[in-house]
Amino acid sequence: MADAYRIAIIGSGPAGLSAAARAAALGISHILLEKTDHLSDTIFKYQKGKHVMATPSQLVLRSDMDFDAGKREAVLGAWDRQAAEQGVNVRLNAEVKAIAGGKGDFSLTLGGGEVIRAEAVILAIGTQGNPNLLRIPGGDLPHVQYQLDDPGAYVDEHITVIGAGDAGIENAVGLAQDPAQRNHVTILNRSADFSRAKDANVKGLFAMRDGGRLAVMTDTTPSKVEPGWLTLDTRDGEARIRCDRIIARMGSAPPRKFIESCGVEFTSEDREAFPRLTATFESVSAPGIYVIGALAGYPLIKHCMNQGYDVVEIINGNSSLKPADEPILEAKFKRLPRRRTVDQWLEYLRANVEILNDLSPLQMREFMLDSEVRAYRIGETVFEKDDPGSSLFGIASGSVDVAGRVRIGRGSIFGEVGLISGRRRGATIRAAEDSILVEVSRTAALKLMASNPAARRVVTRISTERQLLQMFGSGLTPEDLAEVTATARVESVSAGKAIITEGEDGCDIFVIRVGSMVVEKSIGGKPVFLSYLPAGSYVGEMAVIDGAPRTATVRAAIKSEVIRLDGAAFRRLLDRKPDLLEKAKRDMAQRQDLNAFVEARKDSFSSVVDMYSSVANFLVEQGVGEATDVLLIDENLCVGCDNCEKACADSHDGLSRLDREAGRTFAHLHVPTSCRHCEHPHCMADCPPNAIHRGPDGEVFINDTCIGCGNCQRNCPYGVIRMDKVPPKKPGLLSWFLFGKGPGPGEPSHEWSATHADPAIEKPKKAIKCDMCSGIEGGPACVRACPTGAAIRVAPEAFLTVARLDRGEG
Amino acid sequence: MATRGARPLDAGGAAQHEGFLRYRGYRWLKLALAISLAAILIYAFHDARSRPNGGSWYGYTLGTIGAGLILWLTLLGVRKRAMTRGRWSLKAWTSAHVYLGLSLVVIGTLHTGFQFGWNVHTLAYALMMIVIISGIYGIAVYSTLPRVLSANRGETTQAQMLDNLRQLDRQLHEAAQPLGQRHAEIVRMSLDDDPFGGGLIARLTGRYPKCGTRAAQEAIRIETGPRPAIGDDALERIDVLLERKEAALARIRQHLKLKALLEIWLYVHVPLTFALIAALFAHIFSVFFYW
Repeated sequence: MADAYRIAIIGSGPAGLSAAARAAALGISHILLEKTDHLSDTIFKYQKGKHVMATPSQLVLRSDMDFDAGKREAVLGAWDRQAAEQGVNVRLNAEVKAIAGGKGDFSLTLGGGEVIRAEAVILAIGTQGNPNLLRIPGGDLPHVQYQLDDPGAYVDEHITVIGAGDAGIENAVGLAQDPAQRNHVTILNRSADFSRAKDANVKGLFAMRDGGRLAVMTDTTPSKVEPGWLTLDTRDGEARIRCDRIIARMGSAPPRKFIESCGVEFTSEDREAFPRLTATFESVSAPGIYVIGALAGYPLIKHCMNQGYDVVEIINGNSSLKPADEPILEAKFKRLPRRRTVDQWLEYLRANVEILNDLSPLQMREFMLDSEVRAYRIGETVFEKDDPGSSLFGIASGSVDVAGRVRIGRGSIFGEVGLISGRRRGATIRAAEDSILVEVSRTAALKLMASNPAARRVVTRISTERQLLQMFGSGLTPEDLAEVTATARVESVSAGKAIITEGEDGCDIFVIRVGSMVVEKSIGGKPVFLSYLPAGSYVGEMAVIDGAPRTATVRAAIKSEVIRLDGAAFRRLLDRKPDLLEKAKRDMAQRQDLNAFVEARKDSFSSVVDMYSSVANFLVEQGVGEATDVLLIDENLCVGCDNCEKACADSHDGLSRLDREAGRTFAHLHVPTSCRHCEHPHCMADCPPNAIHRGPDGEVFINDTCIGCGNCQRNCPYGVIRMDKVPPKKPGLLSWFLFGKGPGPGEPSHEWSATHADPAIEKPKKAIKCDMCSGIEGGPACVRACPTGAAIRVAPEAFLTVARLDRGEG
Repeated sequence: MATRGARPLDAGGAAQHEGFLRYRGYRWLKLALAISLAAILIYAFHDARSRPNGGSWYGYTLGTIGAGLILWLTLLGVRKRAMTRGRWSLKAWTSAHVYLGLSLVVIGTLHTGFQFGWNVHTLAYALMMIVIISGIYGIAVYSTLPRVLSANRGETTQAQMLDNLRQLDRQLHEAAQPLGQRHAEIVRMSLDDDPFGGGLIARLTGRYPKCGTRAAQEAIRIETGPRPAIGDDALERIDVLLERKEAALARIRQHLKLKALLEIWLYVHVPLTFALIAALFAHIFSVFFYW
């Protein structure tokens, strides 16, 4: 005879525990089933002494269990005590193996064969029991572990933490906390920003790194594990580091097999997809089973606890219960036309905006907490061209008009360029009819794309399509391109890897989406640098047109992303569009001339070509590969007068943004310490006030909202950002010249600034970097002020082309 | 490989990279030559009464052009320091300054009508010529020394060189601790020495005959010379450090010498320009009031 309960709760984490406590408080017969021999295994497994956070802080906690930020031990202790006090019916060491039956009569088979019957089941098992595994060669070696119980247990080890989510950061910080343990801790992040982690954790991590206690490697993924060593794929190529222990914290996924065997369906086939749920947490495919907590897509403790409370109320028949975040969302929807409830609005937005289609109602709630929704009248401006802004917009109803040329309809997105590159708005957007738009902040959009593969695919597809349309000219429509875009695959290319090899067959076309490529041709066994391709170029169509083998090698200058398009599909597009073919042939003729030129000169000119190739390679090594505009100094001409630095200081509040003398030199070509205006600026990656933007001329600049945190300075691999106070105003040039007043042209000395500063005003140190003299007529002051013509500013694609040899320069 | 950048290549990009002498295909050189040639031709065919002099109409014309040029050439110093907005380039100014300044040799000389004497007029002419000659020296060093300066410094900055020197001094100081009084005195010769003392001549030639480091090393060599090096010898370590310090000194002295050579002429060119302007005004004043 099986025990029968009204509610069976599986999993005793914050969600399950809170649900059980609510059931106990309501006097409902219930059982809380826990696989291990203690409550709340996920938090139990947190490392010793870990500070448990209570985010999001704007959310009110509604539960019979108490919870506040504090040490792991305090939180667990309080829960154990309260569970006992409130009469929660717990069964430890009870793993559920199968769930059968339907609403009103479920039978749960436990590990020992025992069967428990319940009218309703609450699944609150979380995802931590099923971590994402390291799927690389050597990933199954014994020194790879997926959890860290006690960071104090390891001494004198080289430890690499993979994954820069909260768990990874906390593990890394814990391992490096006590210098007496002498651990060499490295944390790897596969991207440049830390959008998955809590802000406080990221700040703590950076503080540790700045103290030299651990190393942070961004844009890095592991590629091979060997005993004692770990091979990495970094932005600048392959690296091999000492590594005695790997702690992989790359997230976790639901134990899908078990959940699906219970009849619960998922939203998609993706490994990271979540169960399909109603707004009341009930499985759509298996009524009577309620899914809450991390398994439902929300991993934060407060949310879990609220959901536990709510779900029991709902099962108990409380239909008027509103979620705890209801007032916040109500306020957001208040100003919209048409009366709808919060749930209706959420469903409306989810169903109508393509990138939100895969979100569960609960995820929609969370998503909307970080986003805004607004109604626009016909003709109303959403944003103007050149407005700063990096948010993404989704169209829930109506349509918008891009600069009077293109119309974007319901369901689509716009503003994705700002999201990807941080550039200013490229066009003015107006509502083409009365519309409802969702504005997603940059962080929320990154989080959405990181946690929801379907949203990531939609953003990638739309941005690919728009990039192709922009590149191939205005005569094309998205329909023309549909066949080609359907074949598009985004591929990541590590630095130095070739996407096209000379002499090979193949006719795929590559669009460079992120990063840059160099084109090389092998002459006499030596690679000769032909040209440089920035993001936004395409390469490989020559083989499509003439069907011949590849004529040059194309390899990544830095870690890049390319879109691979099927050559055959592209060939069919060219056949359909003679204009496009004509254009492609013209471009091709140009490059063929260049190839012929190099071939012709290879004997008589080889030493010059050699020299050119090595200079070009030097520049690419110096980060020119990811630059959009770089200051170079020809040291055949530079007399060292530093007038460039003085001019820079005098054009910008008295602070110079370049250091002429510092930096690398090769063959009298000097790359001074000065901003390269990278295509994907590292400085932008982690700016708390989002103060770094890209201007209309491509300049990367920091606006007045800078808070002086110094993150950008630390993130810049070229050391071109300085933190300083704006010095007091200097007397004019004439009074300096005639009466010796003030420090003269250029940046005043610190002594002068200190003695002449107004003591009443405390000026903060702010981040200072080159803004390419944007807004100053005449252009960059450093170049204008160079008396000998040594200082030049170039875009790498203009500079790095072998065609310059023709003019006897280079 | 057919490729195409999304942005069109900047056709003017390559043309930006030319020095001040070659600016815009020697535009100002051509202009200066044309002016000089025209001035000479007119001078040849101009029939001044009694003999050519500054008082003829042509003399006045040349004088006015010359005085105007001198004042305009002086303005380069203002242009260089006043970072105003606008589409100007100091390179273009320098280019014009160089070639038009050189044309003053012709204009000024023709203006004199080859009449020289011990007076304020010839003083102005002499000052002008000295300024121009110092300028020619400037052009010469500007076009030859930068690559030497670049090759000598490699990728180190002046501050790094000085830092390196201080570090070596600290190491020398440490290494000298176990030494006896006599040997310590030798190390002190290097430590107490002002490595850049010796005045202008030393700075410009890069030769420092009284260099304390070299003297110290010679003295140490005399001490260590006859003994076999057995590895763990404090004096040997001192020797190595002194050797390194001397190499560092050679590099930084060369650096300072080149910088001095690149700058020294300005100490003639600029003050004498002001003297020239004073003499020029005296010349013009005296011509109009006392001629």
